[in-house]
Amino acid sequence: MIRTEGLTKRFGGLVAVDGLDLDVGEGDLFGFLGPNGSGKTTTVRMLLGLVFATSGRIEVLGRPMPRAAREVLPQVGSLVEGPAFYPHLSGRANLALFDAAGPRFTGGPWRSPGPPRATPGGRDRRRRIDDALGRVGLDRVGRRPVRAWSSGMRQRLGLAAALLRTPRLLVLDEPTNGLDPHGMREVRDLLAELVAGGSTVFLSSHLLAEVELVCTRAAIVDRGRLVAQDRVEALLGPTGRVLVTTPDVGAAADLAAALPGVRLGERGGDRLAVHLDGTAPEALNRRLVDGGVRVRELVVERSTLEDVFLRLTGRDGHVPG
Amino acid sequence: MFLVELRKLVGRPRTWVTIGLLAGLPTLVAVLLRVTGVGPRPGQGPAFLAQVLNNGALFPAAALALVLPVFLPVAVAVLAGDTVAGEASAGTLRYLLVRPVGRTRLLVAKLAVTVVFVFLAVLVVAGVAFAVGAWLFGVKPLPSVSGQTIAAQDATWRTAVTVAYVAWSMLGVAAVALFASTVTDSPLAAALGALAALVTSQVLDLLDAAAAIKPYLPTHYWLAFVDLFRTPVLWHGVSRGFAIQAVYIAVFLGAAWANFATKDIKS
Repeated sequence: MIRTEGLTKRFGGLVAVDGLDLDVGEGDLFGFLGPNGSGKTTTVRMLLGLVFATSGRIEVLGRPMPRAAREVLPQVGSLVEGPAFYPHLSGRANLALFDAAGPRFTGGPWRSPGPPRATPGGRDRRRRIDDALGRVGLDRVGRRPVRAWSSGMRQRLGLAAALLRTPRLLVLDEPTNGLDPHGMREVRDLLAELVAGGSTVFLSSHLLAEVELVCTRAAIVDRGRLVAQDRVEALLGPTGRVLVTTPDVGAAADLAAALPGVRLGERGGDRLAVHLDGTAPEALNRRLVDGGVRVRELVVERSTLEDVFLRLTGRDGHVPG
Repeated sequence: MFLVELRKLVGRPRTWVTIGLLAGLPTLVAVLLRVTGVGPRPGQGPAFLAQVLNNGALFPAAALALVLPVFLPVAVAVLAGDTVAGEASAGTLRYLLVRPVGRTRLLVAKLAVTVVFVFLAVLVVAGVAFAVGAWLFGVKPLPSVSGQTIAAQDATWRTAVTVAYVAWSMLGVAAVALFASTVTDSPLAAALGALAALVTSQVLDLLDAAAAIKPYLPTHYWLAFVDLFRTPVLWHGVSRGFAIQAVYIAVFLGAAWANFATKDIKS
């Protein structure tokens, strides 16, 4: 759905994006991660044809961007760096204006590739606006101008605008900004629902927990370069540690230490961390149980996305100048 | 896209307040003239104003001469300066472009509504002025600036050409402001940029040392429409004015397009 090759953008002397090779497949819920100033937003803008690449190639929905923008963008819904509206108009009026601005809506969802069928546009605008508002939980907003809305409501309205034309691809930049925990949860559910319905989502975010919860694949960029791109599960490999919870911590430590290659980690209360160097976790479990240790819990520790992220983008927190 | 932009223009109270104020100034002047009966002496003060006391039919032209030097260009510069930069500063520009609205298309639509606004403003000023003039001063056959009388029918087309000429001059302002609007993301800076260009032009126009470039200044022929009320009509200034504005319009619209079509949208 999205493929970039050697994508590079220079602003004067600053290299914002440096030789980026992204590959987002159909049906992915793709997380795009990176520290502040790592080129995420610039990349998103290049995907959408807002910023022109210095060099490299971009394909979106199998067509070159920005050359094929007129065919590609009608099938893409997007939220770039926060929603934006005409503040003196109501939410509904804003959506109607945005919908009327582009080429006519020609039916969807976009099951088949190729140019969409031409059907009279605009006619079902009301219904689509109602649908989109309903999906983001704004079906009861009145005629108040957007000026008077909370930032969470605006964020939802921005999502509604992205959903207005049942897009094949959603490009979302920080979609849960300004939402309360309920709102975040609803957006996560909504994204999962959209992907289940056949859409592809490209989610740029710095909320690692959010990406870890919903995304199937992820890429991490740092200073404009790609440092990792894989399935989320593969990124979150085991750390080689096992956490054991048992009332018999002392006995468990003795038994575990006797296994080849095993080192004991920290222990406290009824918990014990064990570094397994090549030993299978199940072998440890067998040894403990056979030795009479009452194992309450034995967990293979996996790194969190935060660990991976901090390791790959490791530095002292300076924003690149 | 044009209809969408038109809806934005019409739906914005600001548009109507501006037009109201534009029509308000000549109305105020007319009322003061009527109440006091003190007009500028012939040959002094704003064009036509001396004759208006005797004949309201000249008031549309007088009203345009009143708003032309400052008020009207300021309004046009503010509106045209806001077109692209306003969308950029509100953040809506990026959403329009990814809708997608082609950049050229967006620019053309913005230009078209600016044209609508310019004509609307000029027509409202002229229309209100005619009504006010007729009501306060009465309408008689026009004495021309040259002293002969102009028949009513004749006066109509002269006023119509005046309206077109003033609108065309304002499109020159709009083109400069539109270009400025594609350069900056701040609508205020864009309007100021266009106004700075106009003020420069007006200052140079008063300077004898700038005599060589005067005929090419955008504001030089603005008031040439006065010649339309002479008998016979003196076309020289008006036709030069039309031509020079055409060059300014073409150059600045071309620059606006070239800049906007290749620009990184970072707002």
